[in-house]
Amino acid sequence: MANNDSSKPIVDFAAIKENLGSEYKMVQVLDGSAKVVNQEVFDSFSDEQLVDFMKKMVWERALHEQTMSFSRQGRLGFYAPTAGEEASEMGSVSAFEPQDFLFPAYRDLPQLIQHGGSVEKGFLWSRGHVKGNQYDPKYRAWMPQIIIGAQFVEAAGAALGIKKNGENNVAFVYTGDGGTSQGDTYEGLNFAGAFQAPLVAIIQNNGFAISVPRKKQTAATTLAQKAVAAGTPSVQVDGMDILAVYSVAKAAREYAAAGNGPVLIETLTYRYGAHSSAGDDPSRYRTKEEEKPWHDNDPLIRLRKVLEDKGLWSDQQESDYVDECKTQFKADLKAADAEPKQTNVEMLKNTFEVPTPNIKAQIAEFEAKESK
Amino acid sequence: MATKTYIQAITDGLDQVLSDDDKTLIFGEDVGKNGGVFRTTQGLQDKYGEDRVFDTPLAESGILGLAMGLAATGWRPLPEIQFMGFTFEAVDSIAGQMSRTRFRFGGEKNMPITIRTPFGGGTHTAEMHSDNLESFFTDVPGLRVVTPSNPYDAKGLIISAVENNDPVLFMENLKLYRSMKAEVPDDKYTVPLDTAKVVREGTDITVVAYSAEVNEALKVADKLAKENISVEVIDLVSLSPIDTDTIFKSIDKTHHVVMVQEAQRMAGVGATVVSDIAENDILSLDAPIGRVAAPDSIYPFALAEDDWIPDAAEIEAKVREILTY
Repeated sequence: MANNDSSKPIVDFAAIKENLGSEYKMVQVLDGSAKVVNQEVFDSFSDEQLVDFMKKMVWERALHEQTMSFSRQGRLGFYAPTAGEEASEMGSVSAFEPQDFLFPAYRDLPQLIQHGGSVEKGFLWSRGHVKGNQYDPKYRAWMPQIIIGAQFVEAAGAALGIKKNGENNVAFVYTGDGGTSQGDTYEGLNFAGAFQAPLVAIIQNNGFAISVPRKKQTAATTLAQKAVAAGTPSVQVDGMDILAVYSVAKAAREYAAAGNGPVLIETLTYRYGAHSSAGDDPSRYRTKEEEKPWHDNDPLIRLRKVLEDKGLWSDQQESDYVDECKTQFKADLKAADAEPKQTNVEMLKNTFEVPTPNIKAQIAEFEAKESK
Repeated sequence: MATKTYIQAITDGLDQVLSDDDKTLIFGEDVGKNGGVFRTTQGLQDKYGEDRVFDTPLAESGILGLAMGLAATGWRPLPEIQFMGFTFEAVDSIAGQMSRTRFRFGGEKNMPITIRTPFGGGTHTAEMHSDNLESFFTDVPGLRVVTPSNPYDAKGLIISAVENNDPVLFMENLKLYRSMKAEVPDDKYTVPLDTAKVVREGTDITVVAYSAEVNEALKVADKLAKENISVEVIDLVSLSPIDTDTIFKSIDKTHHVVMVQEAQRMAGVGATVVSDIAENDILSLDAPIGRVAAPDSIYPFALAEDDWIPDAAEIEAKVREILTY
C-alpha cells in the first residue's frame, strides 16, 4: 500500500528537534549594560554583599594575573587561567556552606581556595606538591580532578553518603562544556537522580574545550538540557552576572538540601586566556573579533558600574585592593617555597595505610638513601 | 562447622561484615531483591534493609565512583561488578581514582572499598564474562588484589578485605562458586590479605598457582604422589602484593618450580613471580623455571575454552619436564 504523501507523519521529528531546549531562558539579574532586570532579587542583596562579591571577583582576577606572571617566570607548574569566569566561579561557590562537599575540576582552584584551601596550597598543587591537597577540615573538598568527568560519579556518591548520614548538606561539582560529553558526567547525574541525592552540578560553559568550540561538542541546544534525561531540573544562567549566578546557585543548593534530588546549572561564560599555562595559544582557534563581545561583557565591569552608581566602590579602592592581594600572593608563594621537598619514603608510606611487604622493603631501601 | 560451597562461604562473610559494622554497604547491579545474578548476596537485603544492600543503575564507572563518594562521607562500601570483564568500563575509577586517593591526600584520606567481582573460565559464558584480567590491576599501586581458591579462604578473606582501610579487588572464581564445597566455620575468622599458603607440602618440586588452578595443581600432586614424586603446592591468595618469602622458602627446599596461571602468559602474575625468583633465588634452582599459562590469544568463545585453559594434564607435563631436566 502506497503512503499518502499529504498524510501527517506518525511522528514529526523535525518539529521535535526544532523545539528541543527551547524552554531554557538565560537567567539574569543585571543585563549586559548593568541594568537591573530582576529588581526583587537585586533588592535582596545588602551593600556589604555587593562589595563582597566585587572584592571576590577582583581577588580572582588578581590571582589570575599573578599566577600567569609566576608561570612565565617558571615559578608554578600546571595552572588553568580563569580570567572571564569570575562571576561564574565566585558567584557559585559563595552559595555553599563549609560542610557542603566540593568536587572541583582543574579550572576551579579559586573556588577550592575559597572552600577550605588557601592560595599557598593552590600554588603547591600547581607545582605538584602533595601538601597542596590537604585542606582545612572545617570544609569538605577533594582535590581538582584531572580526568574530565570522573568528579561527577564521585560527587554523586558523596551526595548519597550525605543523604544516608541524614545531613542537611549537598555535594557540588564543576565541569566545563567539554566535560558534558563524558560518559561519567551523565552517569553521575543519573545516579544522583536515581537515588534522589543532594547534588548540585555546575557546568561552566566557557565556549571551548581547549580548542574545540562548544558547537562542535554536542548537537544539544543547551548543555542544561542534558540533565533532563536524568530526570533532573536544570537552568541556564548568565555566567557574567555574579548576582544571577549566586542567586541561582543558592536556590539550587536549598532545593537539593531539602531532599528534592539533584539540580544542574549551566553558566554561560568565557575563558579570556589560554586553556592552561602550558603553551596553549588561543589565536590558533579563535579571532580577536570573536573575543571582543565577551570582554565588553566582562563580569567585573558589570558589577563595578552598579557599585559606582551606589557610591560603594571606586577605582582607587580597586587598585588598592589589587595591590593588597598581589602582596599577599607573593607572600603565599614564599611560604610555598619553604615547604620541604617530598621524599620517596613519604610517598611509599602514603600508598597504603598499612604498607604491604614490597612497600616495606622499598621504604627501608629509600630510608637508607634519603637519610644521607 | 558446616559444609559450604565457595559462594555460600562468601555470602557468610558478607553477612558477617554487614552485621559487624553498620557503615558497610553492598550495592551493584541486581544485588538487592535478586540477590545477585549468582545469588552471592541472597537474603542480605531482606536481613539488612534497602539502605544497606541496594541495586544501582547499570553503569560500572558510576558504581565505583559512587563507592568513592560514599567512602569520602564515612561509609565502607562493597560494590559488586557483575563480571570482571565489565571492569573495563571502570578502569579509571579503580586505577585512576580510588587507588590514588590516599596518595593524593598525603595519607589523610583512605578508601576502604572492597570491589567484588567474578572471573575465570570453564562455565561456558558469553564473551567478556570469563576473562582473567588480574594483571591489569596488579600493576596499579595502591590497590590490593586477592582471590581465594576454596570456601574456607573465601569467607576469611572477604572479611579481611572489608576490614582493611585500602581498596581491595576481591576476585571470585565463577567455576568454583558451586563446584567446590568444604568445611567452613560458622564463627568469624580472617585470612591474611598478603600471605601465600602452602596448601600441600612436598619436597621435590614447587607448583605456584592461584584461584581455580590451585585445584588443578592439587590433582597433579595427588597423581604424582603415587609415583613417589612429592609436589609442594603454593596458593598465592594475594596477587598484589605477592608473598615471595613463602615461595623462596619452598624453592630452597625443592630446588624446582613451576608457575601456573589461567591467564594469558604475557606480562601476567606469573611473569612477576618468575622475575622475583630469578632476581632473588635463582641459585637455589637445579633446573629452569617452568611456566604454564594460557596462550596469548583473546579469551575464547565458550566452545573453545576447554582447549585454551591450562589444566592438570598441562601442569603434570610441565612438572615432569622440569624434574627431568
